[in-house]
Amino acid sequence: MRMPLLALLAKEPAHGYELKTQLEQLFGEAYPTPNIGQIYVTLQRLERDGLVRSQDVIQATRPNKRVYELTDAGHEAVVGWIDATSEGPRIRDEFFMKLALSQLSGTSDRLGLINRQRRHYLTQMRSLSDLAVKADRRIPRLLIEGAMLHLQADLDWLQRCQEEFL
Amino acid sequence: MTGTGRSGDDSRVLLRASSLSKMYSGDGIVVHAVRGANLRLEHGEFVAITGPSGSGKSTLLHLLGGLERPTSGEIWLNGVRVDKFSQARWAIMRRRHIGFVFQFFNLVSNMTVADNVELAALMGGASRKQAKTRRTELLGELGLAAKADAAPSRLSGGEQQRVALARAMVNRPLLLLADEPTGNLDSAAAMAVLRLLARAHADGQSILLVTHDLRVASGADRVISLFDGMIVDDAPMPAKQRPTPLPDVLKLRG
Repeated sequence: MRMPLLALLAKEPAHGYELKTQLEQLFGEAYPTPNIGQIYVTLQRLERDGLVRSQDVIQATRPNKRVYELTDAGHEAVVGWIDATSEGPRIRDEFFMKLALSQLSGTSDRLGLINRQRRHYLTQMRSLSDLAVKADRRIPRLLIEGAMLHLQADLDWLQRCQEEFL
Repeated sequence: MTGTGRSGDDSRVLLRASSLSKMYSGDGIVVHAVRGANLRLEHGEFVAITGPSGSGKSTLLHLLGGLERPTSGEIWLNGVRVDKFSQARWAIMRRRHIGFVFQFFNLVSNMTVADNVELAALMGGASRKQAKTRRTELLGELGLAAKADAAPSRLSGGEQQRVALARAMVNRPLLLLADEPTGNLDSAAAMAVLRLLARAHADGQSILLVTHDLRVASGADRVISLFDGMIVDDAPMPAKQRPTPLPDVLKLRG
């Protein structure tokens, strides 16, 4: 979560709660927003690492709020993060590990394993479809669409495994 | 039990198949496309059949719609045993009570969109006036009113499939059978067809659909998985939207 927070701060200084709200608004309901505690802890670590600095802003009727802004090193980190290529297809896939190892050891019901996983994908797809209906902004909609395409690929792969293993 | 007598089955069951098998043979090779499938569909239910290509899902759908004849087993539709029907009786059954949607739309190319839909209504026994009324209604609902006089070839794939859906629904069929209805559509057009199917289902339409598309399958009440001609899973889907853990792909990295 470090880098998305830094990237939001590149736009303008903000306090922790504002960052949480911005993340929620940008990515929509499908995105599991970190809780406020995680955000504060992350901000403290970013400050320790010299990527942000903060100052207290005094508020008349409420407790002071701590506003964070990017340092030069923070700017550099954001640019570096955005410019770098991102991780490609998953080679480490937990389900596949289980399937391959159960194949080797012959200890479990592989059809049952595949069926349970298929049901799980279907249920996830159903939740995403429900969210997709409500997602009217571009970024949340595309996020959900991407998740759906990944799930379809997971299912296709599951079927390939079924063909090979059963 | 043979013939067309009413079965003693539960009246909620619209379609029931038992021990359904289909073998193809040629050049001394026998292929079991469907092996001993048992399935039932209740009135108003939406069931998806999924599986890898070659798993027999299209064959199963064709057997259930009378487009192919089973090697063995029984099919009961609305209390009537239909697997021994002659081709002519099946044709009548399909015209009146079964709507079919195919992957490649199968519209009549030298007729207008309106005539494609009206012809199906007329063949199902509607009067000319009824046919026109229903066609106008349906094309309106499917957002195709402006295309009524166009030739199918002037329409996009998504629009053609919506016309095919109108044609399949025009006789208010007992059962809608769909074979990969989104298989030849881009993502947005597929979603539009899917929304229309969901709406028809919400209005009480019974649907049996074959798909390899998880999005389409996940919209059903139940998902049957076929593998190597056999039903290997029959999974009820959660009835209502409820929060499920979100997939990893939604957790942003960084």
